[in-house]
Amino acid sequence: MLSLIDERYNFAFLDEGSKREIRRKTLKAVAIPGYQVPFASRELPIARGWGTGGLQLTLSLIGPKDVLKVIDQGSDDSVNAVSIRHLVENTAGIATTEETGEATIIQTRHRIPEQPLRENQILVFQVPLPEPLRVIEPREEITRRQHAEMDYSSMWLSLYEDIVHWGVVTVSHSYPCIAHGRYLFSPSPIPRWDIPKLNHAECLYLFGAGREKRIYAIPPYTDVLPLSFEDYPFEVESFVGRACCKCGSSDTFLNEIFDEASGQKIYQCSDTAFCKKRQREREI
Amino acid sequence: MMETKILSQQETDDAFDEHDIPLMKVKGLSKRYGEGCEKCTMDDSISRCPECGALWACRDISIELYPKEILGIVGESGSGKSTLMRCLYFEEQVTHGAMYLSIFRSGKADLFKESSQIQRYIRNHMMGMVFQNPWMGLRMHISGGGNIAEKLIAADMYHVGSIRCRAAELWRRVEMPLERMDESPRNFSGGMQQRVQIAKALANHPPLLFLDEVTTGLDLSVQAKVLDLVRQLQQELGVAMLIVSHDLAVIRMLADRTVVMKHGRIIEEGLTDQILEDPQHPYTQLLVRSLL
Repeated sequence: MLSLIDERYNFAFLDEGSKREIRRKTLKAVAIPGYQVPFASRELPIARGWGTGGLQLTLSLIGPKDVLKVIDQGSDDSVNAVSIRHLVENTAGIATTEETGEATIIQTRHRIPEQPLRENQILVFQVPLPEPLRVIEPREEITRRQHAEMDYSSMWLSLYEDIVHWGVVTVSHSYPCIAHGRYLFSPSPIPRWDIPKLNHAECLYLFGAGREKRIYAIPPYTDVLPLSFEDYPFEVESFVGRACCKCGSSDTFLNEIFDEASGQKIYQCSDTAFCKKRQREREI
Repeated sequence: MMETKILSQQETDDAFDEHDIPLMKVKGLSKRYGEGCEKCTMDDSISRCPECGALWACRDISIELYPKEILGIVGESGSGKSTLMRCLYFEEQVTHGAMYLSIFRSGKADLFKESSQIQRYIRNHMMGMVFQNPWMGLRMHISGGGNIAEKLIAADMYHVGSIRCRAAELWRRVEMPLERMDESPRNFSGGMQQRVQIAKALANHPPLLFLDEVTTGLDLSVQAKVLDLVRQLQQELGVAMLIVSHDLAVIRMLADRTVVMKHGRIIEEGLTDQILEDPQHPYTQLLVRSLL
């Protein structure tokens, strides 16, 4: 395994000073759940906006004994996930896996694995837009003040307008949530399906936004509540009457796929590792 | 001027009834734009300092507003009346002075010294504001009902049904057509926009309402309707109001008491009739004479 390491780079690509800075900011983020901590986003061999925030967190956290899993929209095999995994393999030489249960650190884009995570696991999110209020208020000066004063009425108002116009809240991903009764945060573009997994989870959730230079965190066993009106409770996506065409699961987040041969819509688990595991179990 | 001040002092001292305790007390409010220097800080007759260029928009303003009372503030443009209003609504930070509300911590806490969270709480729960320009007071990209909802949400109401119910009630109260509640205020006429602003300001039953030149820019018949509405609401709901206007006709129609401002200071105060019938200060005399 060690022979694969490119010796020209420091262990896990980043220099130790940078890693320490990112870990310091991460500790601060863990201490203040949901608060966006600014950090000095480093240059990486991938472009900003392609998961550099998550990657910097991963690189600063991993040690020689860690096992890494990288997923993109639930899939281990997408180009971006594969590239990031190779980068870490080449510069740190650590073991990687597709098994959710075996990984100590999981870097993800837009999904939380179906299999519940444990206390000794860390889920690292790649975040494109860390500021939940940005869609409503373009000025950083104002959004910072709103966070400081816990003034989230503008976000509530946008949900209210949704209900008035459409009868439902139309936010499909990045559903605004409150961490520990204090900070409003964006859970990155995960579907609503994954939001309940943030509440009182056993694992640590870390969020890194490389382009926007922000780190925030949801520590284990933290209250995470999606904003919802008393008479319009928060709802996850419904897949009633549908099941995965490969493993037959009806309790997972499903992707809709158009099958050209039959001209019909079929459904498939978004979490490929989980789907494969179910398929194996089924065969036994 | 002195007589009226002494009179109101005696009245407070003889207070038995809760209506005799001022709802809002402002003491020695000053607002300075710019650095300021020794000269203009010591000499309080200076409005624009010749030494350092600082502008004293308000200087040593003390007013009292009683429950259910309408107090008018009149003065020419640039006299500091809008700045005063913005300071009281915590939109500007004061340089000196104190403000007390009898309904907040028994009127013992200086609101200007409170944290911005507390100030926001007070603004959302105890105050309403109607701006001269509806674009300042309303969000034009969301519905009229949504504008009212904003104030209700800010005052901790998180039930869509109740919010819509209360918004509709207010909408009717300000005589707006109910079927246009989900429309953007951008589509409304100036008079209608002011009505929406008033509905928004009244949303959470504030005991205190600030009105800044509400009728300026409206044509005469619409002005009369908006003024009627303000007076009617005051009588029905018993809200105390602070009305800023440069228009003495508005002040005459609405205000019980009036203060006259010039160059950032109060030059005369008293009952509105008294001010209009028997002005003492030369500037007030000029103002009243130019009205007739």
